[in-house]
Amino acid sequence: MAEFFAMGGYAGYVWSAFGVTLIVLAGNGWFARRRHAQIIASLRRNAQVESTEAQPGFKEVMT
Amino acid sequence: MADGAPDKTPGTVRLREASLRPVGSFGAVVARELQLAVRRPADVLNPLFFFSVVATMFPLAVSPLPQVLEVIGPGIVWVAALLAALLPLNGLFGQDFDDGTLEHYVMSGQSLVAICFAKTVALWLVAALPLVLASSVVAETYRLPLEALPVLVLALAVGSFALCALGAVAAALTVGVQRASALIALLVLPLMVPVLIFGTRAVSLAGAGDPVAGPVYLLLAIGLAAALLAPIAAAVALRISLD
Amino acid sequence: MWKWFHKLASPPHFYRLAGLWAPWLMGAALILIAYSLYAGLVLAPPDYQQGDAFRIIYVHVPSAYLSLMAYTMMAVASAIGLVWRMKLAHAVAASAAPIGASFTFLALFTGSVWGHPMWGTWWEWSDPRMMTELILLFLYLGYMALRAAFEDRKRADRAGAVLAIVGVVNVVLVHYSVEWWSSLHQGQTVMNEDATMPASMLTPLLTMILAFTLFFGAVMFMRLRGEILLRETNARWVRRMVTGEAAHG
Repeated sequence: MAEFFAMGGYAGYVWSAFGVTLIVLAGNGWFARRRHAQIIASLRRNAQVESTEAQPGFKEVMT
Repeated sequence: MADGAPDKTPGTVRLREASLRPVGSFGAVVARELQLAVRRPADVLNPLFFFSVVATMFPLAVSPLPQVLEVIGPGIVWVAALLAALLPLNGLFGQDFDDGTLEHYVMSGQSLVAICFAKTVALWLVAALPLVLASSVVAETYRLPLEALPVLVLALAVGSFALCALGAVAAALTVGVQRASALIALLVLPLMVPVLIFGTRAVSLAGAGDPVAGPVYLLLAIGLAAALLAPIAAAVALRISLD
Repeated sequence: MWKWFHKLASPPHFYRLAGLWAPWLMGAALILIAYSLYAGLVLAPPDYQQGDAFRIIYVHVPSAYLSLMAYTMMAVASAIGLVWRMKLAHAVAASAAPIGASFTFLALFTGSVWGHPMWGTWWEWSDPRMMTELILLFLYLGYMALRAAFEDRKRADRAGAVLAIVGVVNVVLVHYSVEWWSSLHQGQTVMNEDATMPASMLTPLLTMILAFTLFFGAVMFMRLRGEILLRETNARWVRRMVTGEAAHG
């Protein structure tokens, strides 16, 4: 087991490459999820503002 | 949200006297740009000044030794010239946008590609050509052999034209954007990598007395492709920006 | 066939389909990644020249492949969006950029980490692949910076599309010019690419490429759903979805 983690002396290289890769992959999934949720939330906010706002057609500028 | 955002249409902006003249043909646009440049000499002088200052930094920062200058010279001249040629890009369509000339061009029914090409040529004449000439002086102070000078001038002339052509695309894309200079630099410089590679190589080879036909032909091919294709992209970009 | 395509390209339909596919793609990708990690790190024997350092190939090559694939996708989608004014195509381009940029970063990072024990340097300026990836990263960042400069989404879509198309020409040019340039520098052959890999080493690489592609597809669909909503803000189906079912998303 220790031999496996030592990676023939290249432990630092191999594990940092694989570690960063997994972090970036996880980040991709997380950011994509979060962005979708944020967009839904802002659309919902706009819809609420519009339904309570007196003037029709008022829209919040979204980023 | 797109529909709700306020749209900055320059239609109501007052037209400047220079723009009321019949415009649209290639010659008219070039003539107008040159006339404007004469009225605002800073457009020509600022890049030149910037170029000289940047070129002065390197011997101080790296080393004044002739053998060092010989090696780094062509690259520094190229990079400094490219950076200096970026300076006027922000104003290339920006001023025309502000005073309504751009709208006028689009409405005139003339080929927008021809107008973009004319703007590119005018930009090259006003901003790049003086830089090319100044760079030959700077290159001499960097101990570039006199025989290599024609190659430097030719390569920089072609390379700076490619920069003007691609810069026009970036400028057209960012018309009306606040503080677009940094963005334009960010967009254009990666596109200049092939030009930089062939251009500096040609000068280095010429300095060493080696044949330069390879990189010079490749540079000419890129310059030609940029001259033919970039105005089309710039015209498309202008239409998008003024839509 | 055409009818089917038309239906697929309709935003509400695609939004729903993407929502259905994304979890399955993600699940398949994760399983395949787990298997490839096991096969690449445990089952595959160490390389006779590079020892265990060669295992970085299992994350490096798939990342590099995806970085180019995503850019190609972005450029093709941009062209379709410009020519046929198709909102969905612009949404594809906008979604592909951040994912592609992250894989470009990964390709550079893993390449650098691999390069240090093998070539003795973290960075090799004369390597055409490294330079191409670096310029590719700049192009991705430029594309995203350009998009971010506009508040008007339509303009961001179309301006970005022009840049993506100009950039794709540039990527090809950069690659060949650096190759030509480095051949003058008598760059050492960094890897003997003719060496054939035994199946135990090759299989994890192929499965990892497939796994990364599936993962890319899953994240793509997740991002696409958001981008579609942004472009369909005023459509009735979006309003109904936002105000109606609170549990959606």
